[in-house]
Amino acid sequence: MKKRWTLAHLEDRAMRTIMQLASLVLVGVLAAILVTIFIRGLPFLDLDLITKTPQGGFFLGGEGGILNAIVGSLLLAGGGTLLALFISLPIAFGINVYTGASRLASLLRMALDVLWGIPSLVYGAFGFTIMIAFGMRASLGAGILVLTLLQIPIMVRSMDEVMRMVPSELSQAAYSLGATRLEAAWSVLVRQALPGLVTAVLLAFGRGIGDAASVLFTAGFSDRIPTSLASPSASLPLAVFFQLGSPFPEVRGNGYATALVLTVLILFISMLSRFLARRLSRNVIR
Amino acid sequence: METQIKIRDLNVYYNKVHALKDINLDLPRGQITVIVGPSGCGKSTLLKTLNRFHDLADDTQVTGHVELDGVDLYAPDVEVTEVRTKVGLIAQRPFPLPMSIFENVAYGMRIHKLARGKELRDKVKHYLEVAGLWDEVKGRLNTPARDLSIGQQQRLCLARGLAVEPEVILGDEPTSSLDPISAKFIEERLEELKKDYTVVLVSHVLRQARHLADYLVFMYLGEVVEAGPAEQVLNAPKNDRTRAYLQGEFY
Repeated sequence: MKKRWTLAHLEDRAMRTIMQLASLVLVGVLAAILVTIFIRGLPFLDLDLITKTPQGGFFLGGEGGILNAIVGSLLLAGGGTLLALFISLPIAFGINVYTGASRLASLLRMALDVLWGIPSLVYGAFGFTIMIAFGMRASLGAGILVLTLLQIPIMVRSMDEVMRMVPSELSQAAYSLGATRLEAAWSVLVRQALPGLVTAVLLAFGRGIGDAASVLFTAGFSDRIPTSLASPSASLPLAVFFQLGSPFPEVRGNGYATALVLTVLILFISMLSRFLARRLSRNVIR
Repeated sequence: METQIKIRDLNVYYNKVHALKDINLDLPRGQITVIVGPSGCGKSTLLKTLNRFHDLADDTQVTGHVELDGVDLYAPDVEVTEVRTKVGLIAQRPFPLPMSIFENVAYGMRIHKLARGKELRDKVKHYLEVAGLWDEVKGRLNTPARDLSIGQQQRLCLARGLAVEPEVILGDEPTSSLDPISAKFIEERLEELKKDYTVVLVSHVLRQARHLADYLVFMYLGEVVEAGPAEQVLNAPKNDRTRAYLQGEFY
């Protein structure tokens, strides 16, 4: 019974070391990014930055803040997420409740995977082409629509994954009580998958709020807070992009501070998603 | 014996597999019918024809007739959700719905608009009592059903099924996932329930069949080999296969 060093033991030990190193790389990268943003951005983060819109010459080091981008991003991503939800939930339902393991379902899944992989810049360019055809200008509304397209694949596929994990016996329990497919879907599938569905929505929101390329052509940029769907809208990723490209150190600092705001927003969303998922899983059958 | 369920020329195909072959059976009202046979003989498949559960699978085809009190459940104008309220099913493993204990029992009554308000609360209590669960859960009706033990969950599923006022209760090996004490409890409930309901069980436990069955069906390779009053089939089987099975030569 004495401990021996066999090949299996060595493999086991080696595998564990590789795993730990890989995890360390991941955590290290995250830490490095956060530290960079914090060190460079924190000195420039003040109340003015998040409560004021850019005044004259802000991008040349002048007065003002990025409130336009904060509000713009929240409106863009919020609107996009809401619209995407109205389209994604029926698709996810359809795949899991009505079409089952059919060819249509696998076709839809493949289409969504392809859409997921398309670069957001292409979505932006696509949106821009359509806008030109209709003679539209860059606006909040157009930005929301393109973000909706960008968010649908990630939302549907995440919803699809959590719905697929719901044991079929649960829906069968509802069917055996005489429930219709829709009744079973609402009462069983949605309740059981609710924590995951919320995560899917917030994941899509995260992708929407962090994306720059899709809103570049479609929402444009503006120093003002948008007053209607037709007015152009600023966004945080683009604000970061514009400021970081500046030759003025002061403006670059504001760029890091803007990135910090965006990062904190995303951190908040991901924590909210975890919190909600825990709260909503009270009745979930394991 | 009065027949309640009449099965005529019933065939079931999974894709190309001929799972049930020309089944003809008369199942008695107000008694416990137990379907026995070796694994894969089609017991569960037969049971699932009685509440049209095969409708849920695209690749399963059912031909023939199942009549409940003279009404063909497979007639084109029959509403399948109504079939499933008339013929309740207790599954092999209990799967409570992802909601509270109270809502689990109330669920069926809500979707079929059978009761509301105080009447609903009274009925939930009533069916929990019938299932023998009331005393254990009366103080925590609003807690998640998943926190119950597996034996309690199976009784909850029984209460839930009874709440939609079925006439027939199907059980697909309803005690096989339970510990012996919980299993005995469910068996006792089923024996009491046959006063008011027709019960059809699938079982691979011969002891259970001997104990519960009033009417026994022995199946082998998708066919009914022998069916009749339990006493007769158990004590004087006419078929050699039945006898071999009952003597434990295969299972």
